[in-house]
Amino acid sequence: MKLKITGITFKYASEPILKNVTMELGKREILGLIGPNGAGKSTLIKCIDKILKPLGGSILLDGQEIRKMTRREIAKHIGYVPQTSSGCFPATVFDTVLMGRYPRTGWGSSDRDIEKVAEVMELLKIERFALRNFNTLSGGEKQKVMLARALAQEPKVLLLDEPTSNLDIKHQLEVMEVIRDIVRYKGISAVVAIHDLNLAARYADKLVMLHKGGIFAGGYPESVLTYENIKKIYGVEAEVKKGPYGLYVLPLKPASYSAVMENRVFTSVE
Amino acid sequence: MGSESVSKTVLKEQYTKFIGKKILFIVVLVIFLILLMGFAATLGSASITMKEVYIAILRRLLPNFAISKPLEAELSDIIVWRLRLPRIMLGVTAGMGLATAGTVMQAILRNPLASPFTLGIASAASFGATLAIILGIGFGFAGGTLVVANAFIFTMLASIIIFTLANYKGATPGMMILIGIALSFTFSASTSLLQFFGDPEEVAGVVFWMFGCLGRASWSNVTVISLVLLICMSYLIWKSKEFNVLNAGDETAKSLGVNVEQLRLVSMLVASFVTAVIICFTGIIGFIGLVCPHICRMLIGGDNRFLLPASCLLGAVVLLGADTVARTIISPVIIPVGIMTSFFGGPLFFYLLMRKREEYW
Repeated sequence: MKLKITGITFKYASEPILKNVTMELGKREILGLIGPNGAGKSTLIKCIDKILKPLGGSILLDGQEIRKMTRREIAKHIGYVPQTSSGCFPATVFDTVLMGRYPRTGWGSSDRDIEKVAEVMELLKIERFALRNFNTLSGGEKQKVMLARALAQEPKVLLLDEPTSNLDIKHQLEVMEVIRDIVRYKGISAVVAIHDLNLAARYADKLVMLHKGGIFAGGYPESVLTYENIKKIYGVEAEVKKGPYGLYVLPLKPASYSAVMENRVFTSVE
Repeated sequence: MGSESVSKTVLKEQYTKFIGKKILFIVVLVIFLILLMGFAATLGSASITMKEVYIAILRRLLPNFAISKPLEAELSDIIVWRLRLPRIMLGVTAGMGLATAGTVMQAILRNPLASPFTLGIASAASFGATLAIILGIGFGFAGGTLVVANAFIFTMLASIIIFTLANYKGATPGMMILIGIALSFTFSASTSLLQFFGDPEEVAGVVFWMFGCLGRASWSNVTVISLVLLICMSYLIWKSKEFNVLNAGDETAKSLGVNVEQLRLVSMLVASFVTAVIICFTGIIGFIGLVCPHICRMLIGGDNRFLLPASCLLGAVVLLGADTVARTIISPVIIPVGIMTSFFGGPLFFYLLMRKREEYW
């Protein structure tokens, strides 16, 4: 499965959010989307899944234009994991994962659906709370359940919108490991919007750094996560080091630290 | 691998049992409803037994079925088919329809407070009826049909307004509820204004219409409601899995292949149509549409494939039960069933909320 995005543009009420974004993703690859808040990471992910409709450009999934596919067809190929989610009404974890089978089956749930749900729940080790209410789970547990739901779709591309943003460090690592393993073993691809530059550097094969809706830099982590790029995009001076587990980024101070202090320190004491 | 597949088998068994419980609940409700219908038919000035009731019913449904003597049978036939069954059937079908509409509206608006009445639909019906009763204007012929036609048309008008505005502004749950509230206030104020200028007698007529009762039952209106119910229920149950997916939020539902806006608008129209067809004959009967879905959800969970039929049956049981009490408690005075449902429903719901399981939101 190959995902090819060319010249995607999107606007919210005439405010451009994405400008001419172009990228490519191959099989068994994880693409990390990084960039400060408001850079357009979530919007790009939603455009890929046609949750939002881009104004221009094309998104090809193995040569097929996504815009011409029905939602159901897309759902058979692309699994989306939202940042957070809470149902209004109680639904068990099992039923929540079973939703992932919706694009592939009609009204009932066949034995194959039940089998598949049980399989992904086992894979993510969430079977012990199968009949608990999804809304009562912790952030990390919810994230795994939503991932399980996306996997139950048997997708070829996974889209994850900041999967680690609400998790403690153990769950962050667990979720990222699971994503990487699944991508490798099932031969699928993943696009992961992520805030944590260290996790991005460690788990993504390629990185795309977004800035104000456009691509600022793209490529292997070493070429994207540089002192200059981070300073320019995030306004932070950081040390980028190469360690035994890949790159790591140690943020040192805001690039305009002294200026901020002068203006703020007195006004904030009220 | 061995131990893993054991846990998978356990998981599948657990789920099968979980589904089994839901089906059992529905079966129990069906049996209970049949018994309640039989019991309700025995009550009244002429007393007949439940056995006679069922025989009278079966004689017509299966013409070859003849157990009792002709003369006795004829009497119970008249009592059951002509006097009591229309009212009972109106109670059953109205209860089913209102509960279904409530369940669907809660699901598509993802709001536990949604019901046919929170969307301003009931206020619209009241306004239509008031217009007919006080000013004598409206659609349809004079007299009773004027009120019925008016109530129906204004109900549909309200839902079309919600439909159009929501379609224009984006069919999000919040938008639809706010439009409903705005409509509700507009129509209630208009109703009050008409009442203010109306004669005392006419105002009394309006008030009585708004109570909601099953006294206007006839085979013709039961037939109309049943047909509408049959068609609309089929559509809604067909869509029930999409309602499940919708619970996870619009974006997730879209990513799973549901055409969210279309589903929400069409289902809203269908649910309003069911409501309109019912309340134009019965007047305002609150509580059923709001609370039956909640009670069922507390008992069997939120899977709409089971929740819809269960809630529909519970609606029938509750409305018929309430009407049975209403017409016997201080007989021969018949209390309007709309008063009964809200009167007993409120405290009952209170009780259920207080002792709800922790997991229910």
